[in-house]
Amino acid sequence: MKDVLTTCAYCGCGCGLYLHVENGKVTGSMASRNHPVSHHNLCVKGWHIHEFIHNSSRLTQPLMRKNGKLVPVSWDEALDFTAENLRRIRDNTNCQGLGVLASAKCTNEENYLLQKFTRTVLKTNNIDHCARL
Amino acid sequence: MTGLATTFGSGAMTNSINEIEQAEVIIVSGSNTTEAHPQVARRIFDALDNGAKLIVIDPRRTLLAEFAHIHLDIKGGTDIPLLNGMMRVILDENLVDDLFIEMRTENYHALRDMLFRLDLNKIADITGVALEKISAAAQLYARAQKAVICYCLGITQHVCGTGNVETIANLAMMAGHVEKEFTGVDPLRGQNNVQGACDMGALPGVFPSYQAVNNPEHREKFERAWGVELSPVPGLTLMHMTHGGPKSPVRGMFIMGENPVLSEPKANKVDQTLKELEFLAVSDIFLSETAQLAHVVFPAASFAEKTGTFTNSERRVQMVRQAIPPIGSCRPDCEIIMSISERLGYPMDYESTAEIMEEIALLAPTYGGMHHDRLESSWGLQWPCWDREHPGTPFLHKYYFSRGLGQFIPTTHQSPGELPDDDYPLVLNTGMVYHQYRTATMTRNSVTLNRECNEAVLEVNPQDAASYNIRTDDMVKLSSRRGSITLKAQVTEQVGAGSVYTTFHFTEAPINELTVDTKDPKSKCPEFKVCAVKMEKITT
Ligand code: SF4
Repeated sequence: MKDVLTTCAYCGCGCGLYLHVENGKVTGSMASRNHPVSHHNLCVKGWHIHEFIHNSSRLTQPLMRKNGKLVPVSWDEALDFTAENLRRIRDNTNCQGLGVLASAKCTNEENYLLQKFTRTVLKTNNIDHCARL
Repeated sequence: MTGLATTFGSGAMTNSINEIEQAEVIIVSGSNTTEAHPQVARRIFDALDNGAKLIVIDPRRTLLAEFAHIHLDIKGGTDIPLLNGMMRVILDENLVDDLFIEMRTENYHALRDMLFRLDLNKIADITGVALEKISAAAQLYARAQKAVICYCLGITQHVCGTGNVETIANLAMMAGHVEKEFTGVDPLRGQNNVQGACDMGALPGVFPSYQAVNNPEHREKFERAWGVELSPVPGLTLMHMTHGGPKSPVRGMFIMGENPVLSEPKANKVDQTLKELEFLAVSDIFLSETAQLAHVVFPAASFAEKTGTFTNSERRVQMVRQAIPPIGSCRPDCEIIMSISERLGYPMDYESTAEIMEEIALLAPTYGGMHHDRLESSWGLQWPCWDREHPGTPFLHKYYFSRGLGQFIPTTHQSPGELPDDDYPLVLNTGMVYHQYRTATMTRNSVTLNRECNEAVLEVNPQDAASYNIRTDDMVKLSSRRGSITLKAQVTEQVGAGSVYTTFHFTEAPINELTVDTKDPKSKCPEFKVCAVKMEKITT
């Protein structure tokens, strides 16, 4: 049993909250008392944030489309196939044919890596996210 | 946030969330704050308890509007004339902060000339708000010592979104309400890390920290750090990538944790464009509507299963800490990106996300002092934070604007892209509800949140309900020139007569199939808010 201090993943307020972990599962959340935004308080989304983490419809393995259907495959197969296709389209379109969407739900580090990858490896500035929304 | 960036030089919230509770006058515009930003709403209520005055600009009678001292219930899409009218009143009443304008801004005369040409009676007509109310609001705001303006989606999602934001900035500068604590202009950002995604350069035109890709100096710096040649040509925006249809130059896409099929206006077209792709890879935690179209889907780790940072609306960079190992065979997005990059001959060997942050600190000046060890031992730091010793910046533009002088940009009214007519007589507005979040890939998979609110409803004013013979819980068909959807009606005074309102969370009623995609020419923001529709009762 432990409580892990982290940041709420739902809205731009950025409340500080504790995730309550029992037997390797997140079972609840709790407001941080002294956090400058949450001040001992969360909204309904923050209080229930643990619920989606172990939802049974979470994706748990890579999928690939075969004969029109998405079927489970190994990480290596999915990664190899992706790299191959990105390389082919990049080379066939003179670096004009690829686009990347980053995410306002992902971390800074992930967004940083993704734009670095887009610019250095895919050799395009075609990267955006839904910030305008 | 193009508008604020051109006037102030920075597009972020100028204050901290906590400062709002000390303000004397608060203007809330186009923000359904109680639902979209609960903690900001809480500070507003605290401020009201301390005797603050609240002005709400919103066509709907939102929960917050119920508490407003002045509710400016404008017609949708008429924010600019309203704000211009307020500025004219400030001018006429001699409440302009001349010293501030003289020392800190430029181009004021252009604004003043434009304001002198305005006819206030006409503005009352256009906006549908009585002149006395506009005048009272303007005076209340201008006379206050400490005043903040909060705005959100409602403002930026119009055709004239950029103009709206510039107009807000004009108003704040004219009254001298910018440079101080408890005083400023605060765009409230929707998703948890919109601010961070922008800061990190997940944008077609800029590297991290808004350094332009077409500026040779900036480009050289990144070329040296990353060891490759970089393209000087700004890339395609989201709208261009996802709305091109078969003619789009984009043949393949990689999408990380977004669901454009549901969140974009005119979802039909997005769907089509993505289906036409030669290759689509999506990484997400659930099999979203977008992931269902993909050739490859990667199972990503959720925020509880990885380490990193988020940047909130008030520019506070905070730690996200791993609580449990990734479930199933999920992997954090960082690992997925690194694995693909390695296969394409550009290995990125970071031992930890802390190491990635070190690189960010090196290349993005505003994040210069952001290191995981510092963030670990504090409640996060607010950018700009220039170096290891810098304490962070709770409020912006203290002695000078990020761009030097604040720039007045006079704006005039543009009518919304599509106005109601005889065939489509109603105005459709869209927004979000408290218990659900954006396209709801996360929230809909939460039992409790779903129980509270699991259905899209169409809010209809009692007057319209009477003339269409519609009662709460009746099914109605809502159509625009682009498509139609079916959903349940709810009769409520929250919407004005002649408009209807619904949310964009639910696949069963993908409202974006109706909306327009005339874009704001400057910020390329899809226009969600206003489109013309007709409504029919479905009789069974
Ligand atoms: S708890 Fe609520 S208000 Fe706080 S960050 Fe999460 S969603 Fe936003």
